[in-house]
Amino acid sequence: MIDDRELEVLINDIFEYYGYDFSGYSKASFKRRVDRLLQIDEYDNFSDFLSRIRTDPDYFKNAVEEITVNVTEMFRDPHFYKYLRTEILPILATKPFIRVWHAGCSTGEEVYSLAILLQEAGLLHKSLLYATDLNTVVLNRAKKGVFPLRTMKQYSENYILSGGEKDFSEYYIANYGWAKFDEALSTKMVYSQHNLVSDSSFNEFDLILCRNVLIYFDKNLQETALRLFDNSLARLGYLALGTKETIKFSPIQKNYQQMDKEKIWKKIL
Amino acid sequence: MEKDTIVNNKILIIGGSAGSLEVLIEVFPKLHVIDNLAIVLILHRRSTEDTMLEDLIKMKTDIPVKQIEDKIRLQPGHVYVAPGDYHLLFEKNGLLSLDISEKVHFSRPSIDVSFESAADVYGKHLTGLLLSGANADGTKGLLAIKEAGGVIAVQKPETAEVSYMPHHALVEAKPDYVLDVSEMADFIKSI
Repeated sequence: MIDDRELEVLINDIFEYYGYDFSGYSKASFKRRVDRLLQIDEYDNFSDFLSRIRTDPDYFKNAVEEITVNVTEMFRDPHFYKYLRTEILPILATKPFIRVWHAGCSTGEEVYSLAILLQEAGLLHKSLLYATDLNTVVLNRAKKGVFPLRTMKQYSENYILSGGEKDFSEYYIANYGWAKFDEALSTKMVYSQHNLVSDSSFNEFDLILCRNVLIYFDKNLQETALRLFDNSLARLGYLALGTKETIKFSPIQKNYQQMDKEKIWKKIL
Repeated sequence: MEKDTIVNNKILIIGGSAGSLEVLIEVFPKLHVIDNLAIVLILHRRSTEDTMLEDLIKMKTDIPVKQIEDKIRLQPGHVYVAPGDYHLLFEKNGLLSLDISEKVHFSRPSIDVSFESAADVYGKHLTGLLLSGANADGTKGLLAIKEAGGVIAVQKPETAEVSYMPHHALVEAKPDYVLDVSEMADFIKSI
């Protein structure tokens, strides 16, 4: 296992050489991911790894992809999507135009999930889904809308639990172990790179989803991200976080009202 | 101040899978609040969103059971249960972090992940106990605790509903203690 000092050197060097600032990331998780990468790439010592990071930008890009966590699934936490479907979308439906931001969208599974909900509610035509991530590799994958076919059984179950009534396989075409999702879903998606650490607000949204991203940040960086979301959310817009994340320690909390027991907050001021 | 909390307090981390709930149901009623000890449970559980496991533990003990949310502070005198579908990690500043990275041993939470992380932060102030279960999760974690100067124990495999997990650890990690279920409450009180 690398030690805390080595971790600090790595974080400083990445910032110095590439401008990515990981200093506000949760140390426990970051350290574990770096350890994992050293194991996968069979480094015997930290200094070899460090010099490769410094000198090989392609390797660095690969390292960022491996160190940041890109695990996601469609309709993760089905009851969350059920709540969106039954309680939130009917309210957003009254708007002439619905702007959504998926912050930290990874490979896009949750973006497609929301697009399916919007389409079933007859709202997709007047929606725009901005989806951003730090990592360009996953963004390119998300744009394609192609997911492993073996995951479809689980996703189909999640979809049904979220209140979906269609045959889930209507949404994709299966081909050689992959499921290609209907392009009608992706026409309203805009993917771009955005760094929650350093980039600012770029639009005003009615719904911001950032689920299981803040868990990788320390409290200060969480606060920075929450302020960014607050600045990017229209009045009466909604902020949705992961099931174990909260805004209750943040000063922005006073401007928000939690929706029942869900990790969804409505901006009331 | 944060450093003192770690130095003066102790952590017991318990890992378990199939057959471990029965053990906890027997042990927890015999325990009361231990002021300087935090107990953290890492149990393989179905990735459902319910709080059945927390509720069950609550029913069995008068030690307050805390729901884990990201970045809450680990406090002595409490029991914490790792939520389903997240790995649980420990930060040097005394906070808990969650992580949804890949499953380890087909499990999230994984016992190894939490044990290794706790070992890194709490070292000799940490005790690891591994219970009944059907896979090898936990062994590497116990080894990490041992290496960091902590104490490690396993359930006596013959008494486990599923002996594979404690047996694997018994062979590979050479624990300091091998415990009957009936001995566990006293062991915990003596930490």
